[in-house]
Amino acid sequence: MIRASAVDKHFGSLHVLKDITLDVPRGQVVVVLGPSGSGKSTLCRVVNRLEPVDSGDIAIDGVPLPAEGRELAELRADVGMVFQQFNLFAHKTIVDNVVLGPVKVRRIDKETARQDAMRLLERVGIADQAGKYPAQLSGGQQQRAAIARALAMRPKVMLFDEPTSALDPEMINEVLDVMADLAAEGMTMLVISHEMGFARRAAHRVLFMDDGEIAEDSTPEDFFRAPRSERATDFLSKILTH
Amino acid sequence: MHVILANLPLYLTGMATTLEICLYAGALSLLIGTILAGFRVSPLPPLRGVGTSWVTVFRNCPLTVVLFFMAFGFPELGINFPYFWFGTVGLALYTSAFVCEAIRSGINSVPPGQAEAARSIGLGFGQSLTSVVLPQAVRTVVPPLGSVIIAMIKNSAIVGAFGVGGDLYAAGITLTSARGEAALPVLTGVVIGYLLITVPAGLLLGTLERKVAVLR
Repeated sequence: MIRASAVDKHFGSLHVLKDITLDVPRGQVVVVLGPSGSGKSTLCRVVNRLEPVDSGDIAIDGVPLPAEGRELAELRADVGMVFQQFNLFAHKTIVDNVVLGPVKVRRIDKETARQDAMRLLERVGIADQAGKYPAQLSGGQQQRAAIARALAMRPKVMLFDEPTSALDPEMINEVLDVMADLAAEGMTMLVISHEMGFARRAAHRVLFMDDGEIAEDSTPEDFFRAPRSERATDFLSKILTH
Repeated sequence: MHVILANLPLYLTGMATTLEICLYAGALSLLIGTILAGFRVSPLPPLRGVGTSWVTVFRNCPLTVVLFFMAFGFPELGINFPYFWFGTVGLALYTSAFVCEAIRSGINSVPPGQAEAARSIGLGFGQSLTSVVLPQAVRTVVPPLGSVIIAMIKNSAIVGAFGVGGDLYAAGITLTSARGEAALPVLTGVVIGYLLITVPAGLLLGTLERKVAVLR
């Protein structure tokens, strides 16, 4: 479903992605972890070309990512993205946030889109907030709204770029529960997250990134019980101590 | 005071003409300026080039020179319009450069995550600009845009000086030169006339500012 081959990316002199090759089959849930600056967020962002790559190829569902323009927009519509900072449209109500994409991109009529949006908001548990503006919601509610907005496009793949990192601790689980449900329904997901509970519960596969490379690629059980590399062992010991 | 009251009809038609110039030039400059701002933030380098050159030319040329080109350049090329339109369009072109920059600063004030989110649900550049970025830019754009519009109203006096008959400035000239009235009282009337347009315009902008501020 997601296929990246020999992807390289620099920010100036910084080599953030080094020859990354990755294949995520349909229905697989992949959790990516690694120290900050390891390139994991960038990996997430190059998959729908929010960041262009220097070289290498990325394909979604067998279709190579176009460079720019309408084709790229069409492809992005099939790839849902959830951001660390939610990025809900601040001038629109929650339901209008969810409706915008289906109406403008998929050309679905407003009433149908609205009904779909309400169903999605119901599903993520915030239907009662539909008429409010993003700033009136808690972080956890905003992130669930952002997930609903992405799902409204009926994406083939969902990307999560540290979806719980900006949340207060008591709100993390409500977001992770929605993500776990989505995983259980068979959504293909690439999740940048340090939530090990989620990784154990919902992931099929864990990638450990370090210094722009995928240093480890294994099952959650194997990775958390016995990481192969020293860097991963070191990393785990640091995030496990608190 | 007597001069003003005695020539009230002349002042009033002057104000009407000034208002007319400003309404047309204002609408046109807002339209061109918004499109130019879109050009300047577009991913396509040729459009950015057009936007940047336009702003560079019109922001850096004195208005009188722009009007000179409109008034004498176009007839030279065989293009003839009533003087009123040369003046009004010239003022609009000049003002559009400043409108563009005010709107562009508003666009830059919208957090980049908003445009990223718009792109990530498949909106194209134009759609994300019109549906997501510009509506949020409006809040920050109103105060600087207000200054641009008020400057434009005052600049319309130069259009009058260029021979568009009958505007407020021209009314003053008529009274002092043609009829030999004393300059100070006449010009006081002209000032009052401009204030009667610019002060309400400023109040209107203040109201607009409070209105769009609630949006968030």
